[in-house]
Amino acid sequence: MKKKVNQPVALWRFYVVIFVLCSMLTLLVGRILSLQVLDVDRGYEFLQGQGEMRSVRTVEIPAYRGMISDRRGEPLAVSTPVVSIWANPKVLHTSERLPELAQALGMPLKTLADKLSRYKNKQFMYLSRHQVPADARVVLQKRIKGVYGEREYRRFYPAGEVAAQLVGFTNLDDEGIGGLELSYNDWLMGKPGKKKIIKDLHGDVVRDIGVLEEARPGKDITLSIDLRLQYLQQRELQKAIALNGASSGSIVTLDAKTGEVLAMVNYPVYNPNNRKNMRPADMRNRAMTDVYEPGSTMKALTLVAALESGKYTTSTMIDTTPGTIWVGRKQFRDYRNYGEISVSRIVEKSSQVGITKIAQDIGHEPIWNVFSRFGIGQSPSTGFPGESSGRLPTRPKWHAIEKVTLAFGYGLTATPLQLAHAFSVFANNGMQQPVSLLALDGEQPPGSPIITPQLAQAVLEVLHSVTGKDGTAQKARVAGYAVGGKTGTVHKAVAGGYAEDKYVALFAGVAPIENPRIVTVVVINEPKGENHGGGSVAAPIFSSVVEGALRLLNVAPTETEAVVTVGASEVKVGAA
Amino acid sequence: MGDYVRQLPQGSSDMARAPSLAMRFHIDVPLLLLLMALTSYGLFVLYSASGGEMSAVIRQGRFFLIAYVLMIAAAQVSLQRFARWAPWLYAMGIAALVAVAFVGVGAKGAQRWLEIAGFRFQPSEIMKLTVPLTLAWYLADRTLPPQLRYLLGSLALLGVPAFLILRQPDLGTALLIAASGLFVLFMAGIGWRYIFGAVVAAVSSAWPAWQFVLKDYQKQRILTMFNPDSDKLGAGWNIIQSKTAIGSGGWSGKGWMHGTQSHLDFLPESHTDFIIAVLAEEFGLRGVLILLGLYLLILLRGFWIGVQAQTSFGRMIAGSLTLTFFVYIFVNMGMVAGLLPVVGVPLPLVSAGGTSLVTLMAGFGILMAVSTERRMVTV
Repeated sequence: MKKKVNQPVALWRFYVVIFVLCSMLTLLVGRILSLQVLDVDRGYEFLQGQGEMRSVRTVEIPAYRGMISDRRGEPLAVSTPVVSIWANPKVLHTSERLPELAQALGMPLKTLADKLSRYKNKQFMYLSRHQVPADARVVLQKRIKGVYGEREYRRFYPAGEVAAQLVGFTNLDDEGIGGLELSYNDWLMGKPGKKKIIKDLHGDVVRDIGVLEEARPGKDITLSIDLRLQYLQQRELQKAIALNGASSGSIVTLDAKTGEVLAMVNYPVYNPNNRKNMRPADMRNRAMTDVYEPGSTMKALTLVAALESGKYTTSTMIDTTPGTIWVGRKQFRDYRNYGEISVSRIVEKSSQVGITKIAQDIGHEPIWNVFSRFGIGQSPSTGFPGESSGRLPTRPKWHAIEKVTLAFGYGLTATPLQLAHAFSVFANNGMQQPVSLLALDGEQPPGSPIITPQLAQAVLEVLHSVTGKDGTAQKARVAGYAVGGKTGTVHKAVAGGYAEDKYVALFAGVAPIENPRIVTVVVINEPKGENHGGGSVAAPIFSSVVEGALRLLNVAPTETEAVVTVGASEVKVGAA
Repeated sequence: MGDYVRQLPQGSSDMARAPSLAMRFHIDVPLLLLLMALTSYGLFVLYSASGGEMSAVIRQGRFFLIAYVLMIAAAQVSLQRFARWAPWLYAMGIAALVAVAFVGVGAKGAQRWLEIAGFRFQPSEIMKLTVPLTLAWYLADRTLPPQLRYLLGSLALLGVPAFLILRQPDLGTALLIAASGLFVLFMAGIGWRYIFGAVVAAVSSAWPAWQFVLKDYQKQRILTMFNPDSDKLGAGWNIIQSKTAIGSGGWSGKGWMHGTQSHLDFLPESHTDFIIAVLAEEFGLRGVLILLGLYLLILLRGFWIGVQAQTSFGRMIAGSLTLTFFVYIFVNMGMVAGLLPVVGVPLPLVSAGGTSLVTLMAGFGILMAVSTERRMVTV
C-alpha cells in the first residue's frame, strides 16, 4: 500500500533532481568553458600566457669572453666556467635546512642567517659567487628550496702578477674594469645569447626548448708582449728594486722595427687572481701612466737638435773648462773638468757644461721641436686606460735657465713608454712606428720619418760610446753584443722644488747597436743607498734584461771576444 | 512485502527469458561498462599526473581491483540484508568515530584515522554508506512522507556522525554525509515546506556559522575562493595554479604528458584532488567533456535504477547514493574551477587514493543490488 502513495511523488522528485543536477553541471561546464576556450581576456589566452610565464623563461646564455694571449699564444687571461650560487631570501630565510646549507657553503651559520635576515624581503641574493662547478654541485644537489645555481664565467690570469697591470682585470660580472681588459672590453666581451627553457616550481631547469640566439663568444686578442721576456724583466726588476731599496720601477722593451711592446713590467705588482689585499696603487701600469722627468736621457735628443742645426758634428770640439758654468744664478757642474772635448764625448760623459754651451748656442726652440717630433708630450694613442701623454711645456717667455734645463731633460715629463718610443727613432733608421700593444703579425702601419738615417746612425754611435770604457753606462754592456744607450739621474720633483735626496735612475738603450732589434727603458724610482745614478742603478738592469732578451729573440752575438776561450787562463769580455 | 501481487500479470514476457549470467551475479551491465570506461580513463590521466610513474598506476590499479571485487560482493547482498545490517553498522561506525576522537591518529592537524594492527582506516568513510543505509532502513517501514517525529529522529541519526566528523575536523566529509542523509529524506518525500524551511535556515545560519563555527583556515579558504590573488603564494596558490592549468589546456589540450603546470610541480595535489586540472591541461575541453559525459551517464543510470526500484528502501538508497556521487563530482570540479572553496574532496574514481574509491565502489555495488533485485523479483 505504501507504494501507491509514494511512487508518483518520488518519481516527480527524481525529475526535479535531474533538472537541478543538470543545471548545476551546466554551470560547471560553463565555468570550464569560460576558462578554457571562451573568455579571451581573463580566460584561456590569459591563462595560457600565465602557464607559460610560470614555466617558460628566456634566459641569457653567457658569452665566453675572449682570451688574451701573448704574441706566442701563451694565455694571459682566460675564462673558465664557474657556478654562482644565489638564493631567494624570502623563501630561504625561514628554511630549517640553514645549518646544512651553511656547512655546504663553508660559511658560519650565523653569518648566513644574518645575511638572509638582512635581505629577507628581497628575492635575490648571491650566496657564493664563482664556485668551481664540482663544489657548487654539492650545494645544489641538496635541493634546498630557495637556493639556485647560475652558470657564469670566471676570468683567470695564468701569468698572475707578471702581466697584471698591462692585461688588467674584469669585475665579477665579467666586464673589463682595468688595463687592456677594459680598453678592449667590447671586442673581448662577445654577445650573450638567448634561449628558452622550462623551469619547474623549484627553479630547476627541466628542459631547454630552444636557442633563440646563439651566444657569440668574444674575440680573442693577441698582445705584442712576449711572456718569456715579460717574466725575465719582472724578475730582474724585482731583484733590482730589492737591491736598491727603491719604491717603484718600470721596464719597457719595444721592438725596434715595429713599435710593438715586447715587454712592459712594473713594480709594485698585484695578483689579479686574488685581489683581496690589492692596493689601488699596485694596479697602475706605471710604464704608461706615471710620468718622470727624463733627465739626461734627453741629451741624446738634444744631440739631434745640435747635429740638425748644422753647426755641430759629433766630432766638433767644445771647451768645457773649468767644468762649471753659470746660468743666471744657478751653477751647473761636471763630475770633473773634462777640458776641450768632442760633442760625442759630451754625451758620453753627460757633461752639463758641454750641453749648456750647445743649448745656449742653438737656442731652446730646435731642442723643443726635436723633443716634440720624437713624441714627448704627445699621447702614444694606444687607447690604454689612464695612458699619460707626459708634458712638454710651451711657455710664453722662456727664462735663460729654462732654456738650458730643457736640454738636460728637466722641466718636462714623459712616461717610460714615451722615452722608449723616442729612442726607437735611433734604432729604426730615423723612422718612428706607432706604439702597439697588440701583435702586428707583419701588418705594420706606416711609420713617420723623424730624422735622417744618417743622423740616426750618428747618434747610435754616440750612444754606443756611452757604454764604452770611458762612458757613464759601462754597466749597461752586454756580453756578446754591442749596445748603446743614455743614462739619466734626476732629482725628484717635490712640492716647492727638487728633493736633495730623492732620485729617479733611468736608462734608455738600444741593442744590438749594428742592427737594433730592441729598445729598452729602465726607470727606478727612489733608489735608496749610495748608488742612485742611472749608470749604477738602471744600467745593470738594462744589461741583464737585454742579455736575456736578445738570447730569447735568437739574435746572433756579434762580438766574438765574448766567447770564452776554452783552456785559456784569460777570459775576455767584449767591450768597445 | 506483497510485491508479487503486481508482478504476476506483467511477468509473462520476462519469464520467457532465462536469467542471464549478469543477472545471476546481480551485475548491472551498463553501469559496469560505464565504471570501467571511467576508471580506465582515470588511470590514463593518473599516469601523467604522477609524472609518468608506472608504479603509481599499478598501485591505483590494485585499488581498483579490490574496489571492483568489493562492488561485486556488495551486489550479491540482498537489500533486506542491508536493511538488517544497517543499524549494527551504524552503531559500530559511531563507536569507531568516538574512538577516533580519543585514540585516533592524524596528519596535518586533523585526527581522522584509526589504526588497528598496522592497518589504517577512516571510520568517516564507512559512514558515507552507513548513514544513508540506516536512514533508509529507519524510514522504509514507516508511512511516507515521514511524520515530523520520524523526521526529527532521522535528523538525530544524521546529526551525531556528522557532528563527530566535523570535530575531527573534516568539514568536507561531514557535509557529504549530511548531504547523503538529507538526500534520503528528500527521496522519502518530505514536504516542500520542510525543504524550503531548511534552505531558509541554512542561508540564515550562514552568518552565525561564519562567526562561531568555522575555523580560521576554513574561512580563509572561502575568502580565497572569491579572491585568489589576495594571497598568491599561500592560500590562493592552489586555485590560481589549477585555473591556469585548466585555462591553458584550451580546446584540445597540450597533449598527454605535456602539461607544464602539473609536470613542473606548479600544480599541487596534481594526482589526487586536483587531477581534473591535469586532465584539462593535457586533454583540453574535449577531455573534460568526455569525463563529464561519462559521469552524466553514470548518474542517469543511477537515477534510473532509483526510479525503477521496487521498494522504498531501494529507491531511497539508490537516489541518495547517486546524489552523493554527484556532490562529489560537483564539489571537486567546482573547487578546481574556482567556483567553490577548497575542500579535500577527491574526483570520484579518478583521483589517486584507495579509501574513497572503495567506499564509492561499494556504493555502486549497493546500486547494483537495487537494480538487480527488481529483475530477480521479476524472474
